[in-house]
Amino acid sequence: MSDEQKKLAIIATKGTLDWAYPPFILASTAAALGYECQIFFTFYGLNLLKKKLNLKVSSLGNPGMPMPMGMDKWFPVLFQALPGMEAMMSAMMKAKMKAKGVASVEELRTMCQEADVKLIACQMTVDLFDMDPSQFIDGIEFGGAATFFEFAGESDICLFI
Amino acid sequence: MANWDQELDASGLNCPLPILRAKKALAGMQSGQVLRIIATDPGSVKDFEAFAKQTGHELLESKEEGGKFHFLIKKA
Repeated sequence: MSDEQKKLAIIATKGTLDWAYPPFILASTAAALGYECQIFFTFYGLNLLKKKLNLKVSSLGNPGMPMPMGMDKWFPVLFQALPGMEAMMSAMMKAKMKAKGVASVEELRTMCQEADVKLIACQMTVDLFDMDPSQFIDGIEFGGAATFFEFAGESDICLFI
Repeated sequence: MANWDQELDASGLNCPLPILRAKKALAGMQSGQVLRIIATDPGSVKDFEAFAKQTGHELLESKEEGGKFHFLIKKA
């Protein structure tokens, strides 16, 4: 297996709770299947590398999101913009995930790191938003587009998330 | 009578945790040893088939019993 190891390259561009899952689920699973994996975090995706994750989900601009009591059918969109709504929906989503045995983002991220999934932070985005590198978890690397292509060019699967 | 060397209870865990836990358990085992996995995630039936196919470990048994899924995987 190791001499012909498959490679998975992912670009993670989103920083919300719901969009945090696909990159970490796919990379950790691929690693378990023997893939060599790399995730390149850019723009809002960099949120997923912070030590302290405070990820949220929003129903605004997201009409496909299921809500309890069929709220997605009748609850006016304007009310969803009220202060506290986003925090409430995020808490509800997290509680639901826990109840259904879905791993937390932190847990999946740790599993990725344990499985040697390489996590790369986009240096340009870090500079653009004046992000403090010390707020990110240990063990990540910083790089640019060329760094991404070095691995992606050799990959068997390449995903933009 | 089925025999196994190690058991992993992945009940209540959802995708991809049963696979990840199984991978971890197998990593600590010897070639030829058998891991028994118990799961409640219905998706794990297809997932363990795919896992075995791609990793080279052998899926000796896959069955449903009392609402739970039981798997026997022999380490390659």
